[in-house]
Amino acid sequence: MLKIEGLRAAVEGKEVLKGIDLEVPAGEVHAIMGPNGSGKSTLGYVLSGREGYEVTDGTVTFRGEDLLAKEPEERAIAGLFLAFQYPVELPGVGNANFLRQALNSIRRARGESELDAMQFLKLVRGKVKALGMSDEMLKRYVNVGFSGGEKKRNEILQMAVLEPAFCILDETDSGLDIDALRIVADGVNALRSPERGMLVITHYQRLLEYIVPDRVHVLLDGRIVRSGGPDLALELEEKGYGELQAAA
Amino acid sequence: MPAVAETLETVRDVTQGTYKWGFETEIEQEVIPKGLDEDVVRLISAKKQEPEWLLEWRLKAFRAWQSMTEPTWAAVKYPPIDYQDAHYYAAPKAKADGPKSLEEVDPELLRTYEKLGIPLKEQERLAGVAVDAVFDSVSVATTFKDKLAEVGVIFCSFSEAVREHPELVKRWLGTVVPYGDNFFAALNSAVFSDGSFVYIPKGVRCPMELSTYFRINAKNTGQFERTLIVAEEGSYVSYLEGCTAPMRDENQLHAAVVELIALDEATIKYSTVQNWYPGDAEGKGGIYNFVTKRGACRGRKSKISWTQVETGSAITWKYPSCILQGEGSVGEFYSVAITNNFQQADTGTKMIHLGPNTRSTIVSKGISAGHGQNTYRGLVRIMPRAKNARNFTQCDSLLIGDQCGAHTVPYIESRNPTAKVEHEATTSRIAEDQLFYCRSRGLTEEEAVGLIVNGFAREVLKELPMEFAVEAQKLLAISLEGSVG
Amino acid sequence: MNAPVVVPAVAPAVSALLDRYAGLKDRLPGARIAWVEAWRQRGAEAFRAGGFPTKRVEAWKYTDLSALRETRFEEALVATDAHPVLPEQAGGEEARIVLLDGRFRADLSRLDGLADGVRIESLADLLSSDDDALREVLGAIAPADLPLPGLNAALAEDGAVIRIAPGVDAGRIRIVSLGIAPSNHAVAFHPRNLVVLGAGASLTLLDGAHGAGKGTYWQNLVAEIALGEGARLTHVRLQDEARDAFHTALVAVRVEAKAEYDSFTLVRGARLARNEVHAVLTGPKAALHLNGAQLVDGERHADTTTVIDHAAPDCESNQTVKTVLTGRARGVFQGKIHVHRVAQKTDGYQMNQALLLSPEAEINAKPQLEIYADDVKCSHGATVGELDHDQLFYLRSRGIPEVEAKSILVQAFLTDAVSLVSDEALRETLLAATDAWWDEVEHPA
Repeated sequence: MLKIEGLRAAVEGKEVLKGIDLEVPAGEVHAIMGPNGSGKSTLGYVLSGREGYEVTDGTVTFRGEDLLAKEPEERAIAGLFLAFQYPVELPGVGNANFLRQALNSIRRARGESELDAMQFLKLVRGKVKALGMSDEMLKRYVNVGFSGGEKKRNEILQMAVLEPAFCILDETDSGLDIDALRIVADGVNALRSPERGMLVITHYQRLLEYIVPDRVHVLLDGRIVRSGGPDLALELEEKGYGELQAAA
Repeated sequence: MPAVAETLETVRDVTQGTYKWGFETEIEQEVIPKGLDEDVVRLISAKKQEPEWLLEWRLKAFRAWQSMTEPTWAAVKYPPIDYQDAHYYAAPKAKADGPKSLEEVDPELLRTYEKLGIPLKEQERLAGVAVDAVFDSVSVATTFKDKLAEVGVIFCSFSEAVREHPELVKRWLGTVVPYGDNFFAALNSAVFSDGSFVYIPKGVRCPMELSTYFRINAKNTGQFERTLIVAEEGSYVSYLEGCTAPMRDENQLHAAVVELIALDEATIKYSTVQNWYPGDAEGKGGIYNFVTKRGACRGRKSKISWTQVETGSAITWKYPSCILQGEGSVGEFYSVAITNNFQQADTGTKMIHLGPNTRSTIVSKGISAGHGQNTYRGLVRIMPRAKNARNFTQCDSLLIGDQCGAHTVPYIESRNPTAKVEHEATTSRIAEDQLFYCRSRGLTEEEAVGLIVNGFAREVLKELPMEFAVEAQKLLAISLEGSVG
Repeated sequence: MNAPVVVPAVAPAVSALLDRYAGLKDRLPGARIAWVEAWRQRGAEAFRAGGFPTKRVEAWKYTDLSALRETRFEEALVATDAHPVLPEQAGGEEARIVLLDGRFRADLSRLDGLADGVRIESLADLLSSDDDALREVLGAIAPADLPLPGLNAALAEDGAVIRIAPGVDAGRIRIVSLGIAPSNHAVAFHPRNLVVLGAGASLTLLDGAHGAGKGTYWQNLVAEIALGEGARLTHVRLQDEARDAFHTALVAVRVEAKAEYDSFTLVRGARLARNEVHAVLTGPKAALHLNGAQLVDGERHADTTTVIDHAAPDCESNQTVKTVLTGRARGVFQGKIHVHRVAQKTDGYQMNQALLLSPEAEINAKPQLEIYADDVKCSHGATVGELDHDQLFYLRSRGIPEVEAKSILVQAFLTDAVSLVSDEALRETLLAATDAWWDEVEHPA
């Protein structure tokens, strides 16, 4: 579903990704682990098309199409979703309104009918409840005044509503207490399906206790230095990244 | 930056021709010859069959105007205006003293307003809104007059008010904006041709929104209307004006005067959605909108609230103000002003605190795009008697693209130690991370900008009457088309 | 300029000063040096055109110069041969420049033992010796079209010139400017100081203007300051002119790339004071701090007017100015931040606050943003009001008498501004000056 080959990318002229090869088939959840500064978040931004992240080499194919040629919204319409590490605040923009506009934009592109306010509310209320959120959150401005946990839940809510084909979760566990983590993980697990791929970017093994990955990749200094099964995460937890770093 | 530039490109193509109110109505017009002198003033007054006192007032204004010079302090640039090169009166040909009822109104005019989204037939109207339709120099129709009369509310054209309620007009006209107040107000006082008149009697809460829809149609004419609203003790009225004009290469002058008077515990809410033709993408054509709007909170605990959404006009020069005389009176000013392409706006307010315990709030949101220049200019003045006066001002500017400008010029003058004045201003652009966040959720860049700008203006838009809030939101997005980015 | 010129009527006070210039110009320092003459002539023209600006001129909307215009000033032409007692603030071990009625007094200054690369000279001497290096600073940084600085250019006889070679840390230098007017007539003087820091140089300049006599005088000062790349100037100014003095000052600063101008101005003297600062940031990553406090009592009038020009990208400016007013005092703050189209990534912040302590005091403020670049972060805030009632009550409920409680809150208000000065000793000096002012002011019970 997602195929990354020889991907190199630079930020402000400095190479951060130094040749990444990675394939995530539909139905699988892959985890990317690595210490701070290894390029994890950069990978997420490059895949979702953020400005300022310059791809210098390599290709990314998503559902058979060249992902890198697309604008950010085209990637979203194609079914790619990035749950931000630091969700952005949009003062004055109502959360429900934002989400409906995003959903309708995607539905429109897929040739589906747009939802009116009533239909949308019906859809979204169920999802809100499942995520242990209150309806009141829909009335507030997007992420404005949200706690860290609320922001992360809001990201998962968007994911649940937009139903993307592929989800990238960028450090979704950071800043969450154990209860919030469980709720978020439940939300993510509910979206696991044979048609959907996921890439879970995390610093710690903790999240992977709740979202058990099919594969774990270790990113160090812009390269994947090791790949393995779920056990790899445990091993890292035990030994830390130091050994790998020394080996690299 | 690149993303913005790119969007600028993409949307520039769409820009041209987005002003969908730019059509012209073909109708037989009566237009007096170009030029302005005392005879023209007399002619306008004669056409309106005005009483002698009003003619005298106009002439005094005209003489004052002749001795005045055009103000140059605003941050706007335009070539000199030849005041002799315009018609000062243009009206659709009609029966001698105007139509008595809608049935007599030229169907072409009714169609014009329908096209503008303002059907004048009452059964088709939004039930809660009465409309006075002003076409060039005259009012062509006023709806729901009878229904309003039942509760004693007078809502009619200014000309009709002069005929039917001369005592009210004579008592209040020029009491808030004197004929010699400023260059454009003096010009208006000399040649004003029509406008709306509203009188809300004591204790009456006006049962519906009142609105005036201004339309400039004729070539080479200026529009000089005058609006006067008097709210007696304990009354309430919400009033809205809208304006559009055909797309023309020439610049046309619109110099209006609005006077509001609120007596004890009266409230006037005055909303404007200003959408005069802004000129084309190269800055050709467009309306010069030089307007004097002022309200006097004469009575204790009276309140005047201005809300404006300024999206049109080539040049806007406009400072809806409040004179807070009555003890505990309240003034508010909520403004969104967009300048795109080559539009220039110099707009803001004056809050003059005279009485004790007076309060004022100013919220201004300026959005500059393209080559637009947007200036907030405001005065908060606390006079020695204004014990415990309060003002809060929030003034935010948003820049879209690197060829525009945003300027903030507040004046704060306090002569009473118990008064408290707070002013905050910020200038920024749409953050890249906000744009990216929206786009990564599937919105196009243009949609994302529209969404963020509407969010930016939310505080002001929520002050608009429901019926118009949605329209105003759309207008914001449309105004940014083509330069968005 | 061949078109027939309609000569505007020049006010008598203006023509009297222009006549003085015409009479003096052959004897002023630098006379017959072409570029100096041209500079003086431009200044005279600017003064002829603008005269004493009236309140109809936007930049002077809130400051009435009629008292200044109507005072007849004699020239302080003959050097005052006085040996005044230097103010307390003139102590300390650092190099010291004493200006007496605008004249450089080497005999009162302490200029021995200056480090290599530190030059301190009198402007009059340098002009007489035709020091060509002056051309790059004198008249090159101050705007040419302002009338009072124009008059300064026409009539300037002396001033201090401080030049620091690239890379040199000059430590501290003190300027003590004394106004000693004779009691029988008013005098005017127009000193011009120049401060030039080479690339990477640094200096802390303590710059005091003190009234030392009882007479009326007008100090019409211009300082031009050039900071080379990466230079750093800390400029602490104390304006403590005599009560009957007029003080008009223009400080013009050019800050090149990565340089920093960090200033604090405490205004507490003069019956009418106008402190104008024009700073331009000409290179990337330059920084500017333009802080200050105005203490205004009695019938006094104090005006701080600043223009900050962001003419290069990635620069930062911030400004906090506080004004305390008592009696029938009038205070003015006008602050403009101008961000040019090239000045992307500008970070500009401005705050001005006024405390009105009497029913007859008046404050007029006009903070202003003029912005032509989109990728900027600029904000300003202004507040006007009296002491916070809740705070006053809180202090009194703890047994502190009202007068003391007020003092505490006023000092807290001012300390907040003074704390922006990083040097502790300088902070103490400034706080002592604010304390002294507060003690002098009459407090209505």
